[in-house]
Amino acid sequence: MKFAVTIEDTGERYDCADEESLLSGMVRLGRRGIPAGCCGGGCGVCKIEVTAGEFEARVMSRQHVSVVDQAQGRVLACRVYPRSDISLRVVGKMHKCLARTAVPSPRLPSLDAEVDE
Amino acid sequence: MAMTGVLRPGHAQVRVLNLEESVRFYRDVLGLVETGRDAQGRVYFKCWDERDHSSYVIREADSAGLDFFAFKVLDKATLEKLDADLQAYGLKTERIPAGEMLATGERVRFELPSGHLMELYAEKTAVGNGLGVVNPAPWGREREHGIGPVRLDHALLYGPNVAEVQKIFTEVLGFYLVERVLTPDGENNAAIWLSCSHKVHDIAFAEYPEKGKLHHCSFLMETWEQVLRAGDIMSMNKVAVDIGPTRHGVTRGCTIYAWDPSGNRFETFMGGYQPYPDNTEPLTWTFDNFGQGLDYPQRKLHETFLTVVT
Ligand SMILES: [Fe+2]
Repeated sequence: MKFAVTIEDTGERYDCADEESLLSGMVRLGRRGIPAGCCGGGCGVCKIEVTAGEFEARVMSRQHVSVVDQAQGRVLACRVYPRSDISLRVVGKMHKCLARTAVPSPRLPSLDAEVDE
Repeated sequence: MAMTGVLRPGHAQVRVLNLEESVRFYRDVLGLVETGRDAQGRVYFKCWDERDHSSYVIREADSAGLDFFAFKVLDKATLEKLDADLQAYGLKTERIPAGEMLATGERVRFELPSGHLMELYAEKTAVGNGLGVVNPAPWGREREHGIGPVRLDHALLYGPNVAEVQKIFTEVLGFYLVERVLTPDGENNAAIWLSCSHKVHDIAFAEYPEKGKLHHCSFLMETWEQVLRAGDIMSMNKVAVDIGPTRHGVTRGCTIYAWDPSGNRFETFMGGYQPYPDNTEPLTWTFDNFGQGLDYPQRKLHETFLTVVT
């Protein structure tokens, strides 16, 4: 079963099957710079806020998603599976990447890159 | 033969988000050998050709990452001496009693200025590699499941104060600097590769603002063919792959970086060269050429290398 996911920040939409994570659907958009991180709920790079819709969440690191976060729909896209159409906003590192224009950035990322959380 | 002092990486303890899913991954996909479970619920693994009881231990927790990383030292006298040396250097050490980990003797634990817990120990029960020590076969059944690495080879850890960490390893623990990546201004080291042996690295560190982060634990493969086969097995099992198969410029090692089900990065690695401690001039990479250092053929400084840690 497929659901429609809307990224509020950019207005983009993509289809996401119920057995694939919101992140893997987003990666299929082919949008340059989407930092698919560890894809296992450990690194916190792909944090989003689900503003509308139902989802199922698998276990993810409490270091990046507090109980309060999770209750308010702030979760890691790699661990969340849609159960209805979804609207989401991206937060943290991922936000910076999506907010970038589609022009490739030749700048080297700095080792001092700020830390999520 | 002059291998004294600190011998080699001994064990890593890593946090996972779901224990049984992770056991299936490490046992059936990475192909480690499960050697025990303890009352705390920790699961112990070794690589097929390691003779000591365990080298990789996982426990279920609500966050991923590294609990501690340990080195085996030559004997108990060496352990006592290094403990005293660490304290004389100004580091606080702690004794973990024998038996706290299965089949493992007393451990000396200390915290690095990078926020990582390191341990030294002299004793771990030798369980053998299953092939015996008289007229042994070159390999056996345990190699032929999953990816099947030979041994735990090294780890790369991210945290602050790498210069201080380097001093502790080189001035107290007897390591030497094999390679380094300079900071963009060329004044300091952004990353360092340290050896206590004849290997290109036994441990490596990269400067990172947050303390105590795990970049990867690395597992040794015997051949490049085996690294490619590891990539096949990762894909068959839908493992999240980060980089590779490719070759690092730094260390010349051939590699795949991938993630375990909790997002802890691991590496299947082979190759490199054989440094000696009298190589007093470390190989040096400038920051603007870090892309080649990381991925020599592609010359690409993959963003995940710098930002994705647990
Ligand atoms: Fe490595």
